[in-house]
Amino acid sequence: MRGHLAPHRFPEKTPRVQSPNTRSTLLMAPALLWLTALMVVPCGLIFALGFFRRGLYGGIEYTFTLENFALIVDPLYAGIFLTSARIAGLATLIAVIIGYAAAYAIAAAPRHRQPLLLFLAVLPFWSNYLIRTYAWIVLLNREGLITQGLRMLGYEGEPPSMLYTEGAVITGLVYNYLPFVILACYAPLARLNPELAEASRDLGASAFTTFRRVILPMTVPGIAAGAVFVFVLSIGNFITPALLGGGRFQMMGNLIYAQFLTANDWPFGAAISMVLIAIMMGLLTLQAIAAEKGAGEKREGADG
Amino acid sequence: MADRSPATRRSLAAVLVAVFAFLYIPIATLVALSFNEGGLPTAWTGFSVKWYGALMANRDILSAALNTLIVAVISTAIAAVLGTLLALGIETRRRKGRALEALVFAPMIIPDIVLAIALLSFFSLLKVPMGLHTIILSHVVFNLAFVSAVVRARLKSFDWSVTEASADLGASALTTFRRVTLPLILPAVIAGALLAFTLSVDEFIIAFFTAGAGRASTTLPMQIFAMIRFGVTPEINALATLVMIVSVTALTLSQRLNKGVIAP
Repeated sequence: MRGHLAPHRFPEKTPRVQSPNTRSTLLMAPALLWLTALMVVPCGLIFALGFFRRGLYGGIEYTFTLENFALIVDPLYAGIFLTSARIAGLATLIAVIIGYAAAYAIAAAPRHRQPLLLFLAVLPFWSNYLIRTYAWIVLLNREGLITQGLRMLGYEGEPPSMLYTEGAVITGLVYNYLPFVILACYAPLARLNPELAEASRDLGASAFTTFRRVILPMTVPGIAAGAVFVFVLSIGNFITPALLGGGRFQMMGNLIYAQFLTANDWPFGAAISMVLIAIMMGLLTLQAIAAEKGAGEKREGADG
Repeated sequence: MADRSPATRRSLAAVLVAVFAFLYIPIATLVALSFNEGGLPTAWTGFSVKWYGALMANRDILSAALNTLIVAVISTAIAAVLGTLLALGIETRRRKGRALEALVFAPMIIPDIVLAIALLSFFSLLKVPMGLHTIILSHVVFNLAFVSAVVRARLKSFDWSVTEASADLGASALTTFRRVTLPLILPAVIAGALLAFTLSVDEFIIAFFTAGAGRASTTLPMQIFAMIRFGVTPEINALATLVMIVSVTALTLSQRLNKGVIAP
């Protein structure tokens, strides 16, 4: 049989055998069926659930309603959403600033050292999320290492309360997602043509202007990709607020968790999940636009 | 970049030192404390591995570790096969529709919590009793996506003329796959499987929602989550250290294998 798995540039000549596309479909079928049964259908179910009513004693009443979405803009819940958007936004901002600076420093290091530096920056990302979060409990709790450090420096007052604060939650989120931002920002920085920055400086631009007008615009897609990732994972998080916020700070993730496991209001939980997905899609679209714009700038840069 | 001033170079180095300190001090502290004889963060009382011994005597942790291993091995095995076939199917396709790309990309970007509640609703509406098997079914969803992503990256640089040659020499499609294609993509398949294995070992949210009631199907991350809520204990430090070693080893291996398959 000719052309096993061959792409289209090797046209199939024997009429007996399946066309490459039939074979391709057969190869993909098991995985696509799995994804359909255990991802598409369940997610479709969540989509549908969001439009049903909660039963009197938990459970689901199958009548169409928009109540769940109305509840989302109810001041009580809208407040929670705004808080989680603020926490996620701050975490994103800090992670992007630190991550960009780190990526910039790595890209500026001697070329042969860059792979190792990048590897070291991403390594912590490979350990368990719970463990990385737990490490901050060890540092921040009242008898934790930071308190010990302060005592050694002669501090004698009450141990500062650092755990179970908004700052702890933000620190945990930044810590967990920073390696991703470094990776996302490093890629465009490493591809940057150093001659462009040189040209800008030769034309009399200051280092800051060169950064703002030349380097930054060309690396926006990387920043945007990192930012979307951090924001979406932060706003939908429930582990970090539960462990480092002591349950005092609710993110959308905690709210979804509660609707399914304690409040037993699945339709409302489903509606919140849909909002979360909508936020993600919206941000990804913006990111794609930023990437296209960045590609445009790059072409201009190459032409001029 | 030789034109940087010494001051610039110094501040760039300072940024790196600060970022690496931020990334590594929490983890290093945890690892160091797991060897602290007294077990408290307040004082270093000497090196000891007794907390690791205590782990080995903890039945809950051992059974959770066994559950995690069962879930990770089975879901990785299924995902390795399905993900590789998927990658071969996609890369040999004439036209890749956007819907197809979105479908295979989705498991990697859907927030875990959404997939978790979706699966929970799905299983409970179908009245499927939940346990380790439902965790396995669920883990295959994202595991197969990651395996196929790694294998696809390898196939992008794959020289298809070798399969042509094999066919011209009279090999059947199956023989060509077994003797030519598979050996060439095997490092990528193993790299993808190692990645999937680690993701599965570390995965908490989806397992938590699809494990059903009762302790019988508690996985290691679920056990760690429950323990962390009670506070800092030397046993968690030791357990955390062990889990980190497993993840980092598997992923470093996966990276190595992946680098070894750069196209000629």
